[in-house]
Amino acid sequence: MIDIFGKLLIAVGILFNIFGCIGLVRFPDVYNRLQASTKCVTLGTIMLLAGVAMTSGSGPICAKAVICAVFILITAPTAAHAIAKGSYASGVKLWEQSVVDKYGEDKKD
Amino acid sequence: MTAFFLGLFACCFMCLFRIGRGPSAPDRTVAIDILGIVIVGFCGLMGLVTGKDFYLNVGLAWALLSFIGTIALAKFLEGRSFDD
Repeated sequence: MIDIFGKLLIAVGILFNIFGCIGLVRFPDVYNRLQASTKCVTLGTIMLLAGVAMTSGSGPICAKAVICAVFILITAPTAAHAIAKGSYASGVKLWEQSVVDKYGEDKKD
Repeated sequence: MTAFFLGLFACCFMCLFRIGRGPSAPDRTVAIDILGIVIVGFCGLMGLVTGKDFYLNVGLAWALLSFIGTIALAKFLEGRSFDD
């Protein structure tokens, strides 16, 4: 039972990974790509590692998979935020059909 | 199990496409970050299939190095030095 549930978690996580990478390929500018791919791939990898921890039983693989998942949960949004700030500061323009730019409005004040 | 590996290979090749094709430097930085996270998942799946736990050690070290590299590249894009 727990084996099937773990395999299902792994499959859904890999589906989320694929959707995030399709967003990385298809979206028009840096910020759209960043928000699609970072969120989807973080969730997908955490689900994959949770499935690995469930399927492998109680052992070192389970403990290390949980540590990896917590580490990715902390570091991936931090890295995405740093990339967004860096790409805005390096002068990459928004897509011409984007409608709102709160960060630029805040920087102007 | 083979389908899982094929799905992760597809993710890796899409990231490599964006690394090669990306029109600006931040596109490539985003793709490198995503590729690092996908490879951590790959290491977890590899550890499950082979039953050896050192693949998870590799994944943990890879996550750490990918995070530090991404932060360094983002600081470089921002045009500042590392200590401010």
